[in-house]
Amino acid sequence: MKSTMGHIVLLGMNHKTASVELREQLALVCSNQANPVQLFPYLGSVKELFFLSTCNRVEILFTCQNYEDAMGEVKALLKTHLGVSSACLGQFEANFYIHKDEAAVRHLFRVASSLDSMVVGEPQILGQIKKAYREAVDHRTVGVILNRLLHKAFSVAKRVRSETMIGSYAVSISYAAVELARKIFGELASKRVLLIGAGEMAELAAEHFLAQGVCHMVVANRTLERALELARRFRAETTAFEHLPDALSEADIVLTSTGSPIPLLTYQDVKSRMRKRRNKPLFFIDIAVPRDVEQKVNEIDNVYLYDIDDLQGVIELNREERQKEAARAEHIILEEALKFHDWLRTLDVVPTIIALREKADRIRKKEMRKTLAQLPSLGERERQAIEVLTESIVGKLLHDPIVFLKKKAGRESKQVFVDHTQQLFNLNEDGGLPSSSGCNQK
Amino acid sequence: MVGVFIVVATICYCVGAVGYLVYLFRDWEAIHRACLAVLAAGAIFQGVALGVRSFQVGHLAATSSQEAMAFFAWILVLIYLLVQVRLNLRILGSFVAPLAVVFMLTSSLLPDREVPTATIFQSMWLILHVVTLFLANALYALAFSAGIMYLLQERNIKRKSFGFLYPRLPSLDRLDRINYFCLMVGFPLMTLGLLAGFAYAGTVWRSPWNWDPKEVFAVITWFIYAVLLHERLAVGWRGRRAALLAIFGFSAVLVTFLGVNLFFEGHHTVFVK
Repeated sequence: MKSTMGHIVLLGMNHKTASVELREQLALVCSNQANPVQLFPYLGSVKELFFLSTCNRVEILFTCQNYEDAMGEVKALLKTHLGVSSACLGQFEANFYIHKDEAAVRHLFRVASSLDSMVVGEPQILGQIKKAYREAVDHRTVGVILNRLLHKAFSVAKRVRSETMIGSYAVSISYAAVELARKIFGELASKRVLLIGAGEMAELAAEHFLAQGVCHMVVANRTLERALELARRFRAETTAFEHLPDALSEADIVLTSTGSPIPLLTYQDVKSRMRKRRNKPLFFIDIAVPRDVEQKVNEIDNVYLYDIDDLQGVIELNREERQKEAARAEHIILEEALKFHDWLRTLDVVPTIIALREKADRIRKKEMRKTLAQLPSLGERERQAIEVLTESIVGKLLHDPIVFLKKKAGRESKQVFVDHTQQLFNLNEDGGLPSSSGCNQK
Repeated sequence: MVGVFIVVATICYCVGAVGYLVYLFRDWEAIHRACLAVLAAGAIFQGVALGVRSFQVGHLAATSSQEAMAFFAWILVLIYLLVQVRLNLRILGSFVAPLAVVFMLTSSLLPDREVPTATIFQSMWLILHVVTLFLANALYALAFSAGIMYLLQERNIKRKSFGFLYPRLPSLDRLDRINYFCLMVGFPLMTLGLLAGFAYAGTVWRSPWNWDPKEVFAVITWFIYAVLLHERLAVGWRGRRAALLAIFGFSAVLVTFLGVNLFFEGHHTVFVK
């Protein structure tokens, strides 16, 4: 069936397979250029395309008939998009993973459910996928399969969130950062947090620090309005973005997450302020990609620098607690992926026709039973006649749709008609399709 | 009887040390409480032994090398118990208790020689000298332990690779505070002890300064801690450097305390022979 159905392929890289440096490069490119799905018309072998890029991952999801051709095109697309030479791309490729068919579906579900996130259970990823999906819809690059797949991914994510504790775990970047701060400073109440820039993650971390008893917070932002808004929200003071290094002499914990392409705080900036600080410990949490604080800063005595990759290591510590919930989530994902696979199999004409006939016949038999039960006086001949009558009504009624579907079987657009037929007759919602898995959809 | 009490105390310290080492790996409240009780019991036994012996010989029984080492172990355990009550830093026991055991066992290996009492042993200056310096040294031993813990913990955080000790060790700030506390209390005690020593030397040998090797090393050690204190107060040295210097300072203490006793000839030899 795969040969006529084609493939679902997912090419991507995440925080596990690629270093911060590489992801920084990607994030830079993505902020400069428009979504690569707009190049979709140039891809002949790729039938549907979806592109997701966040600061931690890149996922390219596509469907195709010919795997090799399509993969070549997607790689070329990536090359154009990143503006790198073929040699560089080879280097990149080592960081990529490729999933096909069921594995691709499972991976997408895992990503959407935030199981594959650096911070497992973090809620942002679903919003990011939805946004990427909207863009793909705007560019008309998603069709029957990916539409269905992404909607399914959203519902799987919802199911995982509501049926497991994955989302409610405080295991997150911010939690990890607070725990580390405790190991450095002991109590946090008298410490001063400097929040530079504002990303969702940094704000989350700032909230967490406030919740843990930090009283003094200072906000620095390139735009004053945003700084004031944040200051109001966190009951914080503001400080001039231009004199950032000077703010270091007062702060104890520095949270940075700006979009700056170059580091805001250099080794010299920090080193020269340490004496004024009387060597009090300084803890940098750099959530930005590209990084805001020079890596070398970690070498200074009493200065600790953690970027998101480092925080990952801390999160590993609490992994065991979450593993049970993660296993439950994986089970949900496996189940849903199987269901999706079943649906996919029926996207061909023949299974749809069979399903249509089966559903009609099921309805016919049910109604026959009801009617015959009320007419016990009928003889065998009459029963036969009614049986033939109903069979021929159903057969005649279904004849034209079936002929129509068979006519479309050889066309590219068949999936659309198959999908419409299934929706029209509600074939896939009530277990009406020949199904290999035992689980019925609700 | 004194010998039996000392043996019991040594066993108590050993049990406490082993228990605290287990506690290092397993966070069981019961172990901590048991160890604390055992150490306290050991300290009481040794205290009684010390009192009886001092009464028997007629002076503070901390004169021979053997006695001095045991006395130091006792002071160390006492200081640990006090700090434990004050600061409640349990994991410190895992580092201090083995140290006390090392001193106790070394003491038991040395020949047991009773030093006959003499008038020079009965000066108040001498008692002040011995008690303050031993207290200071015990505090420095604590700072040394905290310093090692600091370096271990700092390594965890700096290198971002978290060993099994990471969750067990306290925060860097806490360890640095202990370092500071021990230094702030230990240094005046040490100064007082040295001054008492000079005063005593003045009454016994006519000159407070006799170029005795122990005197020289003691003054060197005093300077090391003076530098540490000065840098801490004036420049704000802290963290790794302070920990390193506390470790270095304690090695100087050991040289002064043991090395000179065992390998050099000098005025102090009178006491340790």
